[in-house]
Amino acid sequence: MAEELPGMNVAAETAGGDACPATGQPLLLIEGVAKTFGMFRAVDGVSLDIKAGEFFALLGPSGCGKTTLLRMLAGFEAPDEGRILLGGKDIAQALPHERPINMMFQNYALFPHLSVRDNIAFGLKRAGMPRADIATRVAEMVALVKLEGLEKRKPDQLSGGQRQRVALARALARRPQLLLLDEPLAALDKKLRESTQAELMELQRRLGMTFIIVTHDQEEAMTMADRIGVMNAGKLAQVASPRELYEAPRSRWVAEFVGDINLFDGESKLRDGRRLVIGTRDAGALVVTEPREAVGAGKLAVAIRPEKIKLSRRAPVNEAGRETAINTLEGVIADICYLGGTTTYKVKLDTGGMLQASVANSARLDVDAYSLNQHVVAWFTPDDCVVLQS
Amino acid sequence: MSSRRIFAKPARFAAIAPYVWMVLFFLVPFGFVLKISLSQTAIAQPPYEPVFDLTAGWDALKAAFAALSVDNFKLLASDDIYVFAYLRSLTVAVTATALLLLIGYPIAYGMARLPKRWQAVAMVLVIVPFWTSFLIRIYAWINILQHDGLLNQILLALHLVSQPVVWLATDTAMYIGIVYSYLPFMVLPLYATLAKMEPALEEAASDLGAPPWQVFWLVTFPLSLPGVGAGVLLCFIPIVGEFVIPDLLAGSNALMIGQTLWLEFFTNKDWPVASAAAIVLLVVLLVPLLLYERLQKRQLEQGR
Repeated sequence: MAEELPGMNVAAETAGGDACPATGQPLLLIEGVAKTFGMFRAVDGVSLDIKAGEFFALLGPSGCGKTTLLRMLAGFEAPDEGRILLGGKDIAQALPHERPINMMFQNYALFPHLSVRDNIAFGLKRAGMPRADIATRVAEMVALVKLEGLEKRKPDQLSGGQRQRVALARALARRPQLLLLDEPLAALDKKLRESTQAELMELQRRLGMTFIIVTHDQEEAMTMADRIGVMNAGKLAQVASPRELYEAPRSRWVAEFVGDINLFDGESKLRDGRRLVIGTRDAGALVVTEPREAVGAGKLAVAIRPEKIKLSRRAPVNEAGRETAINTLEGVIADICYLGGTTTYKVKLDTGGMLQASVANSARLDVDAYSLNQHVVAWFTPDDCVVLQS
Repeated sequence: MSSRRIFAKPARFAAIAPYVWMVLFFLVPFGFVLKISLSQTAIAQPPYEPVFDLTAGWDALKAAFAALSVDNFKLLASDDIYVFAYLRSLTVAVTATALLLLIGYPIAYGMARLPKRWQAVAMVLVIVPFWTSFLIRIYAWINILQHDGLLNQILLALHLVSQPVVWLATDTAMYIGIVYSYLPFMVLPLYATLAKMEPALEEAASDLGAPPWQVFWLVTFPLSLPGVGAGVLLCFIPIVGEFVIPDLLAGSNALMIGQTLWLEFFTNKDWPVASAAAIVLLVVLLVPLLLYERLQKRQLEQGR
């Protein structure tokens, strides 16, 4: 790293006390954690482990339990069941002020009666840090989030982006073993959000800290996180890297929640080596690559991402004039949605179903564009298909 | 431009209406009281002189002005009775307001932390006593506190005392009455500030390592100061001038300024001294009001 930040030695100076496990070592272990509010089971037996230095995202629709899970990590809610181990110690019942974990709140929760400096120093004073050290640390944090000159301002004299930085500096000042971020960028506009995403990632990498971010914005989770845990109805539906989550969703729900996808229900018909033929109602017989995990005999679904589908006026042929594509579907363009970088076509298949195909607009002049009601051939390879248990 | 003119008249009237109100119902009566306070008592109708008679001509008016004096204010300053009455009023008001804050804050805090639908119930419970006449409620307290009243019966039944305690005609009874009567005025503004405080602020303080008592003193309390200020003023100012509660519940050896005023006005028929006492009371009460206003202005300026 080019620049050396003074005192940025996380492990030695954590205000929370205990030394932090080295990067890559397991830091946080969540075991069978559950939380019920009245009749509503908000978090339903979640187990998860997070490594030191990891940038982890909890992704899910609103009400899926991701915020409740985060609040249990911070200590604002006590789990009804399960254990939360931080560096080997069970903290499930510890109070928030006893945990070496800090949180950045969704609406920042800056203390309106305190200046930027006093907001950042708040946690340090509580930790009993000597005054001189507090001044140094605050100055360091102010520099880190580029807020020089604003130390004496009150929160309501700051812009949204500046407030977000103060909240980040305040949460980082104690050098927590784990930083929780609850929808940290939701209040910012798109451009600012994108630049802040990059800054957060850079900061996390530079400080070597462990971040857990809660978000409902899948693009944000994909951009920033090393791993994503997708939650649905209180359960973790899948924990995977962004790429794996997108290209190899493990369930129909995950496939539909993350990005756009075409789904065709059907049944396994024939096995041919590594290939499987699945008869679908809406798209006829599709040839797919056999998934690594054996699929049962019951109902299956074939999932194909829109950008994996190629469109052409005629089916592709080789020099001998034989059709090369394995899965070809014919239909007419039913809807066109121009998105700038790509265009999404909805194709009404001759077999009855609808197909969504996303085509990159690689040429400026629209010689390749299709028009409404034009007859097209959609084709894709067996490897582009994901087989899901229905 | 014509549309603007249509609205100009009512708008201008709306703007001056509060001033008209202030002049009619505050400044004019205040002028009367001020004039009477500068007059001398007389056995006449009205019971003071001089009397301004606008029909008597310019010279009579000049003579009447010349007859005005500040003697009554000198009397107030020189006679212990008045000085002590002011001091007692201030002491009672400060003590009672402090008690109200100590009792009202936990109630308001508890209310603000209740589930939403229970907050409305609690609010009604705080306000419900107001639906009964204030005097009846004070008489009810006389009933409770008297020699063979409910309080003594309970204390005797529990064997906490061996013979009835004298409650009535004591300062304790007066403080009970004042705190009871003014509690809603303390609780409601406090509740209003505490209820609209963002819960995440307390969580943030706790997250940053503050144990519960520090969360309260460093975040909750400072942020509730506007409510504290409003509650304190709403209680302190009327308590300084309080007349009924000390008259009915406290002993007669030490009087508050409200009682003194009443005596001068109705028993001694000394309107000028009573008016002077009222003017001094007003000036005394202006001090905390001006302080509060300056505090609020500073907060507003900091807020900008």
